[in-house]
Amino acid sequence: MSYLYYPGCCCSMKATGKAYEESLQAVFNELNVAREELKDWNCCGATMYMAIDEMQAFGMASRNLALAEKQATDGDPQIVAPCSACYLVMNKTKKYMDEYPDIGKPINAALKDAGLEFKGTTKVRHPLDIIVNDIGLDKVRALVKKPLDGLRVASYYGCLMVRPYSEFDDASHPTTMDNLVEALGGEPVNWPLKTRCCGGSMTGTVEGVGLRLSYLLLNEAQRRGADVMITACPFCQTNLECFQKRIDRSVGGITQMPILFFTQLMGSAFGISDRKLGFHRLFVPFNRDKIRHHAEAAK
Amino acid sequence: MVWKGWSNIKYSDKFDSVFTAKMWKGWKKAKFEEELDPNFAEKIAQMPGCDRIYNCIQCGTCSGTCPMSVYMEYAPRKIIGMIRAGFKGEVLSSYTTWLCASCYSCTARCPKGIKITDVMYALKRFAIKEKMAPSKLPIPVLANEFFETVQKYGRNNEGMVVMKMYFKTNPTLPIRNLIMGIKLFIRGRMDVIQDKIVNRAQLHKILKSVGSGH
Ligand code: SF4
Ligand code: SF4
Repeated sequence: MSYLYYPGCCCSMKATGKAYEESLQAVFNELNVAREELKDWNCCGATMYMAIDEMQAFGMASRNLALAEKQATDGDPQIVAPCSACYLVMNKTKKYMDEYPDIGKPINAALKDAGLEFKGTTKVRHPLDIIVNDIGLDKVRALVKKPLDGLRVASYYGCLMVRPYSEFDDASHPTTMDNLVEALGGEPVNWPLKTRCCGGSMTGTVEGVGLRLSYLLLNEAQRRGADVMITACPFCQTNLECFQKRIDRSVGGITQMPILFFTQLMGSAFGISDRKLGFHRLFVPFNRDKIRHHAEAAK
Repeated sequence: MVWKGWSNIKYSDKFDSVFTAKMWKGWKKAKFEEELDPNFAEKIAQMPGCDRIYNCIQCGTCSGTCPMSVYMEYAPRKIIGMIRAGFKGEVLSSYTTWLCASCYSCTARCPKGIKITDVMYALKRFAIKEKMAPSKLPIPVLANEFFETVQKYGRNNEGMVVMKMYFKTNPTLPIRNLIMGIKLFIRGRMDVIQDKIVNRAQLHKILKSVGSGH
């Protein structure tokens, strides 16, 4: 199996989601996951390209699938897509090329024209799926050096990671991340909005709507007693974290809460230094000892 | 934090008032049969993923699960009904399709397996083709800017795309969001250089030979 890392560019692992990339690399190193970057990858098309031109959107994403096959050296190529949108779009493209000959035929022909070929062996995986299902929670548990000591963590899965084309978790009641939190020694918070939309790009376009959607998530998680929230997508993290002050000003009623990438929380439990995990890039600082102190005082 | 119920959400933005006005206009319109487009449903059904719209039982699961339905003038169930009835003009010029955040909850939950998100995508493309997309809404503008950037360079630069959208829709916004940009930049979370792929010729070849399909 070769893991081919696909950073993606929309709310990118190189820009807004930089801390995600840093912490993901640190955690993968700790877990001994061999991987390399997919060479000359292009944008997956995200959720917006499809709104303008569907066939081109599939063409765009299919180039990555074909490149992965070319680059893989041992076994089936596995694209590691840490952004939920990339994960969904590439999975969807693969599925639709299979299911609809009207799409599959012209795309395959176009790839051939451009000197590429897609045989259909590439798999698109989310790092969460890889960590929980390929590596296993036992290995994760063995690496924990600084357990979370009952930190109350609300896991936010978002939309596109669990539905409708993913196979590793339930679309309405996912549990993968909660199990991971438990393995790290934290206490998963049971809350119903785990997969509700964070607003996506609405925060940039119709701000009033976007902020309100994020507000509902933050409010509900806090009402259920969460100390921190973890996400698995750079877009969700930006929406929920960077706009917290603005949400509080326009809607009101939320206290500042750290929003981490699940890999940051993992790294923290593994005892990796804060700097390596990108904690200095957060808008709402995360200080484990302080939060724990809070929780104890509340008891 | 004490839970105060939904009443503590304030609905006071300008955006809402524009919205409500538009909503009422939509509802007050009556249609005669000869004004409807009987072929509209057929055209939509031809698009991949949209072939099942005829199976809709109007159960409303999609509207119930849609996080955006409260902001839409026609919620997803109604849109499907309107497509089948031939309300082409209303559907294509509505905000609804553009407010769809592509969250796929409707698609995951529809008991008849209708891919409503794909229907919404089809409507967006249709609206652009027929030049009926609401011109004042920033969402289509952003989609277009994104499309052009990615098509050209193979990669996106979110900061730049968002800036271009602001200048085309509401030039006062960049000033307001400048502070956010600076904050992101200080934390190393903002990329100012346009990233490009190396083999752009290959990508352009692919895009050219699939043509602009639907
Ligand atoms: S959930 Fe499906 S069947 Fe029910 S109203 Fe929506 S589209 Fe129709
Ligand atoms: S995909 Fe669009 S229409 Fe469907 S539930 Fe999400 S926002 Fe609503």
